[in-house]
Amino acid sequence: MTTRMIGEPIPRREDPRLVTGQGRYLDDLGAGALQVAFVRSPHAHARIVDIDVTDALDVDGLVAIYTYEDLAAADEAGSSHLSEPLPLLIPHPDLTHPRTAYPLARDEVNHVGEPVVMVVATDRYVAEDVCDRIRVNYEVLPAVVGLDAAIEATHLVHPDIPGNIGAHMVQERGDARAAIAAAPHRLELDLEIERSASMPMEGRGVYARWDADDRTLRVYTSTQAATSVRAAIAAKLAVPIDRVEVIAPDVGGGFGVKVVHPWPEEVLIPWAAMRLGREVKWTEDRREHFISSAHERGQKQKVRVGFDDDGRLLGMEFQVWHDHGAYTPYGLIVPIITTTQVLGPYKPGAYRGEFWSLYTNTVIVTPYRGAGRPQGCFAMERTMDAIADYLGLDRTVVRERNFIQPEEMPYDHGLVFQDGRGLVYDSGNYPALLDKLKALVGWDSFAEYAEQARAEGRRVGIGLACYVEGTGVGPYEGAHVRVETTGEVVVATGLTTQGQGHQTMLAQIVADELGVPVERVTVTTGDTRRFKYAVGTFASRTAVMSGNAAALAARKVRAKALRIASEALEVDPSDLEIVDGVVRVRGVPSSPGAKTEIPLSTVAVLSNPLRYAFDAEAARATQFAVGGSSEEPPVAEDDEPGLEAVDYYSPPRSTFAAGMHAAIVETDPETAEIKVLRYCVVHDCGNLINPRIVEGQIHGGVAQGVGGALYERMVYDSAGQLLNASFMDFLMPYASEVPTVETDHLQTPSPLNPLGVKGAGEAGVIPAAAVFASAISDAEGFAITRMPISPSELFELRERFAAGEIPPLRSRSGHISGEGRFVRAKEDSR
Amino acid sequence: MKPPPFSYHRPATVTEAVTMLDELGPDAKILAGGQSLVPMLNMRLATPAHLIDINRLDELAYVRVEPEGVRVGALARHADVEHDAAAGRAIPLLAEALRSVAHPTIRNRGTTVGSIVHADPSGEMTAVLCLLDGEVTLVSRRGERTVPAQDFFVAPLTSAAEADELATSALFRRPTGAATGTAWMEVARRHGDYALCGVGAVVTLNEAGALTTVRTAYISMGPIPQTLDLTLEAIGSNGDWRAVGEAAAAQLEPEEDIHATARYRRQLAVVLTARACRLAAERAERARRAAPSHPTGGAGRTGSGVEGER
Repeated sequence: MTTRMIGEPIPRREDPRLVTGQGRYLDDLGAGALQVAFVRSPHAHARIVDIDVTDALDVDGLVAIYTYEDLAAADEAGSSHLSEPLPLLIPHPDLTHPRTAYPLARDEVNHVGEPVVMVVATDRYVAEDVCDRIRVNYEVLPAVVGLDAAIEATHLVHPDIPGNIGAHMVQERGDARAAIAAAPHRLELDLEIERSASMPMEGRGVYARWDADDRTLRVYTSTQAATSVRAAIAAKLAVPIDRVEVIAPDVGGGFGVKVVHPWPEEVLIPWAAMRLGREVKWTEDRREHFISSAHERGQKQKVRVGFDDDGRLLGMEFQVWHDHGAYTPYGLIVPIITTTQVLGPYKPGAYRGEFWSLYTNTVIVTPYRGAGRPQGCFAMERTMDAIADYLGLDRTVVRERNFIQPEEMPYDHGLVFQDGRGLVYDSGNYPALLDKLKALVGWDSFAEYAEQARAEGRRVGIGLACYVEGTGVGPYEGAHVRVETTGEVVVATGLTTQGQGHQTMLAQIVADELGVPVERVTVTTGDTRRFKYAVGTFASRTAVMSGNAAALAARKVRAKALRIASEALEVDPSDLEIVDGVVRVRGVPSSPGAKTEIPLSTVAVLSNPLRYAFDAEAARATQFAVGGSSEEPPVAEDDEPGLEAVDYYSPPRSTFAAGMHAAIVETDPETAEIKVLRYCVVHDCGNLINPRIVEGQIHGGVAQGVGGALYERMVYDSAGQLLNASFMDFLMPYASEVPTVETDHLQTPSPLNPLGVKGAGEAGVIPAAAVFASAISDAEGFAITRMPISPSELFELRERFAAGEIPPLRSRSGHISGEGRFVRAKEDSR
Repeated sequence: MKPPPFSYHRPATVTEAVTMLDELGPDAKILAGGQSLVPMLNMRLATPAHLIDINRLDELAYVRVEPEGVRVGALARHADVEHDAAAGRAIPLLAEALRSVAHPTIRNRGTTVGSIVHADPSGEMTAVLCLLDGEVTLVSRRGERTVPAQDFFVAPLTSAAEADELATSALFRRPTGAATGTAWMEVARRHGDYALCGVGAVVTLNEAGALTTVRTAYISMGPIPQTLDLTLEAIGSNGDWRAVGEAAAAQLEPEEDIHATARYRRQLAVVLTARACRLAAERAERARRAAPSHPTGGAGRTGSGVEGER
């Protein structure tokens, strides 16, 4: 009997290759290619007066220098569209003032790092030498940096966009303001989250080959959306899409930044390759990645809530000021997610979500793992803690009282989610998740521990946060499954992989559906030569989308295999099963060669009637070897050759995973250093395909969450210079900073898809800022309202707290002293 | 992130190296471990016309215990010093401080003398050299001279070494006194990062166990490593190390940067001075008790720094 593969924590099949240096990343390709470097804007906001390349022309090894004028000339001479702004990928009616960049700056630069001149040379060293000698004369304009400056709008990023407002959007269910006004208790919170970034180990990179004889363009790019890059290149360069191949080789992490496309470089490098008739490559360096790719997270928020004596929400108003940087290629996805996913596992009563998406003279803001959810989770969970403190209730009690109950599923929030579909939770069991979390972290016994720690002069605190994550957004993904005549199974899906273990996970699904050993299944992702229809890898969607598509395609292949085998074995298909790659009659002991079984490899041979033989297997399918009726066509009218199938999965809407995290921290009373003593995760992503991979996703997410909460920030000065654009000063956590993650799972299958799965890719990162804010607040005795937080900032907050500038919390772990804590004040806290 | 063109030179002897330095002029830069220089080259923050690679100068690859202390040759890697058992016995502070220098892979390549000559006021070994009254030996075609640590650090990333001089070694002096204890403590944002504040302490006791000297040195607390003599404050404070820390911090003028406010740095100076001095005093006391008889040779006993109290 074949072991069932779905649910098995088998090791990732890609790891031996990747961890022994056998990966093939973008920069490993194209060793002989010409290389590109860019002159990028040193100013956050400036007009380009003049570009002088005279000094650069005599550098040995220089091949070409291109500016916007060259793009315009090329468009005029041919049918390319490079002098137009890059596409607005996700338009939205409320994005009233969209703006996207030109591939090379036209008259104006709007952030430090915007590409102005492209240099092609024999190698990157020479290309950078050339860049150093190109003089760009700028007229510097006032820079808008930070949300305060954007809101104030004394200066404008784009002179024709009033108030720096790209979009203003409101979603409302019920009359939230009236509900809050009528509520017995009200609270108002002002919150802030700073910028961070995806920061994959491998930056972006593009390598293009133009075959002038074949008139085909092959582009390798480190992307999360190969098929869409292909379409974009075809459109921008006016090459028939049929002549464009795009391949994502091994990609060293994406985390969102590589789903943006086409990046300027993704159209410029192929354009240069075609123009020069040479292979051309560009590999982003780390400084470029900091100032020329994308950031996320930066928001200011205001929460107003009304609630009853038990802490139940009656109304909630959530206002967000979202910093989207200089341009809006990715539309409003991030703030839409923040203002919908803020609701988490709770029933908010009446709800009004409102955001302003604002321009600043900084790097663009596009989704980074979590994609607006960490900010929403932070707002809601800070609010839950505030309500608990206000009422003197345990923080878990307030959450429990506001949970959507399992029997209320599916639960319709009456709002529109990021996919344009309803915000309808398909399934989930939030009370059970909280019970598991409380047990895992020892919530109920913590007060005792805290009291004991305090007696020893130590400060400890516990915090928790809950989230719901819409995963597996549409519109669709597809998969192709084929059984080769060797019995090997090849699978292709169009979306890309960046190290998540997709090849293992998809192989497990197909192995189970087909009844073959998982070792016999090989999966290809992100290669448009193999699969042309796809959307991309983002929004925790691969297991849901490509996983189900692969299952459906494999089921078709299985049905065909059983049909062919039933003819060969003269048995009804329903009496057949496939075990270990052999189709056999159910209940009959295996005996090779008997007329009761037939290997899938043979079925594959029989599925493809042949005229010519080139090996023994093929010989079995040639005309004189195959018997049967001479009246029927070898391939039946409704059939096609080959043991293969394509199928697609398109969900009605997203499926909603959930999880809850808790952390115990210790803060040094003197140095304000923050130590994570424990970090616990309970997680529900429906049925688990590979628990080991899910755990890995959670661990990686938590690591990024720890980074976002305690270490990382983008430090811009008022002129728009990014002061910490290197790994020396942008502090990603090392292994030494990431806590051991303790996990537990709940499996509430999704009713929306055949496998009953939900996405797991982003979950780990979502609640971290909220969890640490909760735990540090508990340790310190005052509310943390701004993340990330550093020891220096905690020290400064302590000073302000000691000076009476920050109000104390009313209840803390280890300080609960009974009824006196149970305050039922009617007035607002501020 | 690619360096501009430069000429590469690889001398085989010190004499050859200093001849090259002299002939190539101020546009030449010495390459040893390259842990600071190479990133600066790649970011085009340093653009020397010539690199003189001293990695073949085996004559400088040594860690030597001398009567006065530990002499470290210019090609000794941080890891060589950190793991040298004799050096560890002679001056436990060396290994203790070195464990805070970046990460093992960087210590395997970076040189102790190189980081001293680089004169980054966040470099642990600059402060250790000052604290231990060390000195740097400089060789040029003109001859050899020795510069005391207190005069060696001039400004951030600027040392007293002239453009034609090659630093061939640094001497860390063994603390003297009846019984001595040392300690290194720092707070960094992440393990191995440049410290927000780092403190080295030397505490010496007389045979009766009374304090005779308390000295500290600081990194990241000024443009150059800062050294303080806190003996009077320590004797006056009567065992209140926190008060000694306050007195120390009052003499320091740290600056704000993106990782810490000046106020926070001063707070760290208070706390870490107190902690480091307390620990050094405990180690000195332990050393004193371990050697009740009079030590010979005047070298004294030095409290071990290997208890792992970090």
